Amino acid sequence: MLCVEALVLERGGRLLLNDFSLRVSAGQLVLIEGDNGSGKTSLLRALAGLARYDHTGSIRRSAESLLYLGHKSGLKGLLTPRENLAWYCQSHSQSHGRDQRNADIEAALAAVDLVGFEDVLCHNLSAGQQRRVNLARLYLSPAPLWLLDEPFAAIDRTGVVGLVRTLVQQVERGGAVVMTSHQALQTDHPITRIRLGQA
Amino acid sequence: MSGAPLLPFLSACLRRQLLLAFRRPLEIANPLLFFLLVVMLFPLGIGPDPRQLAEFAPGILWIVALLATLLAAESLFRVDFEDGTLEQLLLTPQPLYLSCLSYVLAHWLLTGLPLTLVAPLFAVMLQLPPPALPALMLSLLLGTAVLSLVGSIGAALTVGLKRGGLLISLLIIPFYVPVLIFGSGAVQFAALGNSAQPQLLVLGGMLSLAIALAPFAIAAGLRISVDAG
Amino acid sequence: MWSFFHKLGSPPWLYAISGKILQWLLPVTLLLLAVGAVWGLLYAPADFRQGNSYRIIFVHVPASVVALAGYYVMATAGAISLIWKMKMADVAMRSCAPIGAALTFLALLSGAVWGKPTWGTWWIWDARVTSMLVLFFLYVGVISLYEAFDNEVAAARACAVLSLVGTVNIPIIYKSVDWWYSLHQPASIKFTEESSMHSDMLAPLLLMIVAFYCLFICSLLLYMRGEILRREGTTHWVRKLLLDAGDAHAV
Repeated sequence: MLCVEALVLERGGRLLLNDFSLRVSAGQLVLIEGDNGSGKTSLLRALAGLARYDHTGSIRRSAESLLYLGHKSGLKGLLTPRENLAWYCQSHSQSHGRDQRNADIEAALAAVDLVGFEDVLCHNLSAGQQRRVNLARLYLSPAPLWLLDEPFAAIDRTGVVGLVRTLVQQVERGGAVVMTSHQALQTDHPITRIRLGQA
Repeated sequence: MSGAPLLPFLSACLRRQLLLAFRRPLEIANPLLFFLLVVMLFPLGIGPDPRQLAEFAPGILWIVALLATLLAAESLFRVDFEDGTLEQLLLTPQPLYLSCLSYVLAHWLLTGLPLTLVAPLFAVMLQLPPPALPALMLSLLLGTAVLSLVGSIGAALTVGLKRGGLLISLLIIPFYVPVLIFGSGAVQFAALGNSAQPQLLVLGGMLSLAIALAPFAIAAGLRISVDAG
Repeated sequence: MWSFFHKLGSPPWLYAISGKILQWLLPVTLLLLAVGAVWGLLYAPADFRQGNSYRIIFVHVPASVVALAGYYVMATAGAISLIWKMKMADVAMRSCAPIGAALTFLALLSGAVWGKPTWGTWWIWDARVTSMLVLFFLYVGVISLYEAFDNEVAAARACAVLSLVGTVNIPIIYKSVDWWYSLHQPASIKFTEESSMHSDMLAPLLLMIVAFYCLFICSLLLYMRGEILRREGTTHWVRKLLLDAGDAHAV
């Protein structure tokens, strides 16, 4: 699903990764670990195809679409959670009807525990709630490959448990997840751990 | 390659931009207020003599419209860059050409079109001869669309930079020269009682060229800015 | 063909070959400049209307022509850099901008000096001078954009896009400025047309244009060599080069 070969990653003239290789296939849950500044975010941005100037080497993705969750929320503060997610669905080309889409969005917002906040402007929500709106995309995305940068940030403990369950479901139905986290990942599913910082 | 039908995507994109703008209605009025403010400065600077004002009116109106569009273009992608919607847009399977076109179209609907509609009012204040009004409106209608398209290229290239404001003027104003020449030329011709059709046709040609090419440059600029940001 | 192209992308090879080219191109350029200047300034006949002051075209016209061509060289390098992601094309593009800006400035300055005896004013909004002014800003725009980015690769890509937009625009700008000037041109002021020039004036002018092209290539290569050394400063081959140079100096 994802094949990285001979990747050399630099940021601001500093060498972060040297001759890095990674192969992610369907059903794999990959956790990238490392200290602050070890290049986790840069690596994920490179994998998503957002940063192409800092690295040399080859990154090939067989999946045609992916879901990337970065430090920036990707939400419009002036739109409600419902409107933000509707735009996400529209721009990712699910050609279901409008009713189907609205039902999906209701379900996704319920899954992240935001019932009752569907029509509040996002900039009036708390940081944790905004994060949950962002995470609701996981329930709407048909993408086989998920690249998640610190998905647990600002999420409370019960939220984390639900989130881990979602990640495992994604992997079990044939998808793949590459993620970073400073928190321990508590699940029975096998995790591929990759430690950065020895470049 | 799966993609939603293109037209619904374009209209969804456009509706979203307009919805966002209407949640901050005062910002729509800003370019118009700027236009009025600078128009007010000219009589104060060069004197209230109606004949002199009438002579300068085509140039003044066009320069002010140009600066108003440029100022508005500067912030076109900034919020989207900062909140991360831009990087999410780059990851969608949709053609970036269309997304860029819809951004520019929304920008033009919110700046160029209102400027065109209120321009006759300012023209009267500057003593522009009434027969020149149709040429003024038509030239602004076509010309501001070119200005929006070209200005967005500058906005896309500088959106990730901290001091983008002055830089975009430096990058973009040279490209505005032909539009200014033919736009104010059209109004001057009409004010002298001639037909402004040739100039308007040239502006139309510039607009077609800009629609065909500018979105590619905007898309490339956005990719570069997100990459460096 | 492709191996040559591949070699062009290698800094040490480019550094070595540019050194060899400069070895003979630099003297040739200086010779051409000297011959052209002496011929144009001393031996070409005086203009029957402008007298000797017209002789500044031997600087003004070559500088304008090469400054414009330089923009297209820069944009071509930019296109190569965008398509084949070749770092040496970035270097070439980066090096074109200041040289082109300097030539444009020279054209503007010589135009102003020419204006004083011809029209009695330092600045006249003539079509060519106005286009040159716009071109100057196009160059300055590229330089400023490059400097504004922290990431050098992103800077090069951004400038490549900008200069490609410029190549589409420059003909439009030149044509519209010409049209604008013909519209507002007072009948009494008329430019000397190059096409109607006497061949005794044309020959040294052509020679000077060739000399300026050579000068442009020399400056470009010199600037590129400097850029290459700056960028590759930490690599093995540059260190070796510097050490060798130091040894040669000591001997």
